[in-house]
Amino acid sequence: MDIYRAHVLCCGGTGCSSSGSAQLIERFEEKIKENGLDKEVKVIRTGCFGLCEAGPVVIVYPEGTFYSRVKVDDVDEIVTEHLLKGRKVQHLVYSDHATHEQNANKGLAEINFYKHQHRIALRNCGVIDPENIDEYLAFDGYKALEKALTSMTREQVIDEILKSGLRGRGGGGFPTGLKWKFAAASVADQKYVACNADEGDPGAFMDRSVLEGDPHAVLEAMAIAGYAIGASEGYIYVRAEYPIAVKRLEIAIGQAREYGLLGKNIFETGFDFDIKIRLGAGAFVCGEETALMRSIEGKRGEPTPRPPFPAVKGLFAKPTMLNNVETYANVAQIILHGADWFAAMGTEKSKGTKVFALGGKINNTGLVEVPMGTPLRTIIYDIGGGIPNGKKFKAVQTGGPSGGCLPAELLDTPVDYDNLIAAGSMMGSGGMIVMDEDNCMVDIARFFLDFTVDESCGKCAPCRIGTRRMLEILERIVNGKGEEGDIEKLENLAKTIKATALCGLGQTAPNPVLSTIKFFRHEYEAHIRDKKCPAHHCQALLNYVIDPEKCRGCTACARVCPGGAISGEVKKPHSIDPSKCLKCGACMEKCRFGAISKV
Amino acid sequence: MKSLAELQAIREKTLNRINLRKEDEAEATRVVIGMATCGIAAGARPVMLAFMDEISKRGLNHVTVSQTGCIGMCRLEPMVDVILPGQEKVTYVHMTPEKVGRVVAEHIVNGRPVEEYTIGAAEK
Repeated sequence: MDIYRAHVLCCGGTGCSSSGSAQLIERFEEKIKENGLDKEVKVIRTGCFGLCEAGPVVIVYPEGTFYSRVKVDDVDEIVTEHLLKGRKVQHLVYSDHATHEQNANKGLAEINFYKHQHRIALRNCGVIDPENIDEYLAFDGYKALEKALTSMTREQVIDEILKSGLRGRGGGGFPTGLKWKFAAASVADQKYVACNADEGDPGAFMDRSVLEGDPHAVLEAMAIAGYAIGASEGYIYVRAEYPIAVKRLEIAIGQAREYGLLGKNIFETGFDFDIKIRLGAGAFVCGEETALMRSIEGKRGEPTPRPPFPAVKGLFAKPTMLNNVETYANVAQIILHGADWFAAMGTEKSKGTKVFALGGKINNTGLVEVPMGTPLRTIIYDIGGGIPNGKKFKAVQTGGPSGGCLPAELLDTPVDYDNLIAAGSMMGSGGMIVMDEDNCMVDIARFFLDFTVDESCGKCAPCRIGTRRMLEILERIVNGKGEEGDIEKLENLAKTIKATALCGLGQTAPNPVLSTIKFFRHEYEAHIRDKKCPAHHCQALLNYVIDPEKCRGCTACARVCPGGAISGEVKKPHSIDPSKCLKCGACMEKCRFGAISKV
Repeated sequence: MKSLAELQAIREKTLNRINLRKEDEAEATRVVIGMATCGIAAGARPVMLAFMDEISKRGLNHVTVSQTGCIGMCRLEPMVDVILPGQEKVTYVHMTPEKVGRVVAEHIVNGRPVEEYTIGAAEK
């Protein structure tokens, strides 16, 4: 193995891959060779760094220089300047949104985006080469499995997880240790360990990132879980839409088998464990545990009533223990550092850290991992860099289609499982969609309900019919046809669906509606009574008007209008005919004098 | 199939190879020398060699010496940054191999920057 004086780390996560990091890596290798540096400098494709907003991301070590939005054409400059002459390419160095501060001489850990983070589940993402098991091993990989198999009893492993206070990261927040205990207590000739990688919440991608950046962490944790509950087989259920994650998992499983970390008689302790991958076709309901297991069995992905719980009768009617990817990503660290180390982080009932996928109206779109109990404000402003274009914060949606919207008054809420539920939302898988003053809350509720109606499997009536009726009411409201009493009808339907739906999908589907009614009832009322959308978002409820004071009569708007709705003489104020206006907004974009506004 | 000892050997070997990627610099003191054309022309190479010599003589293996490019004040070259863990970076200017001994002894070993060699003193 050769020692290199510098490492060029290129992000190979899905975000950066879609902005062209694969070509970047090729170019780097080509240019480095051309300059005769191929014996000194190594290029490594890593997992996601989390700051997807700034992708493709390249880090050059030993300096730790963080280059962002690197294009193929920039590679020559980085190679000839930085790698050859030791001069950092300043104009490509990442600069902070909030402070515009470039940190050419700072390490990664000092960038605002990373400063407040504490990475446990994502610790290796962007640091190691996920397709090389040796690098995982170097960062204490498979040491936890070794410790569990050679020096701990099954009970001790379960006890450690129980004491750590780790709760399911997939959404429910059920204590992981209890789940393991129940599965361990079931008696059967065959048990299974399963991993839920069917990440489906709009905007959430932490599971994909772990699988792409650190697949061995999941394999190691599943083997530990297998030992703890007495299972010899594991299944990973992963979406077929995550091709990079699937490919890296396959490579990782192959390497682990080759090293004897999966297979028969691991570490010569007599423990057998192997893992198979099952691809999901992308149905949202298959993230629900019982539906997921049916899908692994090759049946239609529909939930079944519980009990019996999977710990008693799960996959192929055998006891099964199912955890989410992010949950597994914490397990090896807990075994290695002890339950107390983990339990020291977080709040009283929510221990450790949580990964959030920041999206929507926020400067630093990406993945962040913070200790439980970090206030929303820190996540959105200090790490996320605040709202772009100086707009005002309106709400943050957490928990995806099962969660709710939290208004500005709750920005100081420390984020943990219980606080979010108390505030009318939920943790969910950790999607966090930020909304500014231009977002209409009724339309947001409509968007999420549209998603659940689409994804409802149709097995139970409350979800199949109830969510459809709710969507129809919401569509009426945003189209200006809302009626007095609609809000009450929505609330009534929501209550019934929550109480009677078969699985988690239906039981939580009304949450986005309920929470927006709770915090933004006035927006619903404005739509219904005044036929106005306060955010000027709903097309049916707004008109474009030209301010005659500001209009210079440049005719730019009239020329761009596809409907021919704008008329007026040159150098005289123009006007818009509302009956012809298509409300496309093209005129507003074109106007250089700010004369056009929405009312 | 690898034995536990073999795995440990792989760990150590790989760690050596990727150590420079660890950002855990809490313990490390860094000496960064400007080695662009201007720095080299002004005599940065003998300064760097003097640092490496002095550091290895004293067995200070927590100190790393690295190069950097031009930061634009070419008239002050050779420039050297000394960064002690948890402290502000100190920039020395117009460095010579003769000055290196004092910087290592007073600043790196005893934690007292040599004020008169710093950029602050030169710019007064």
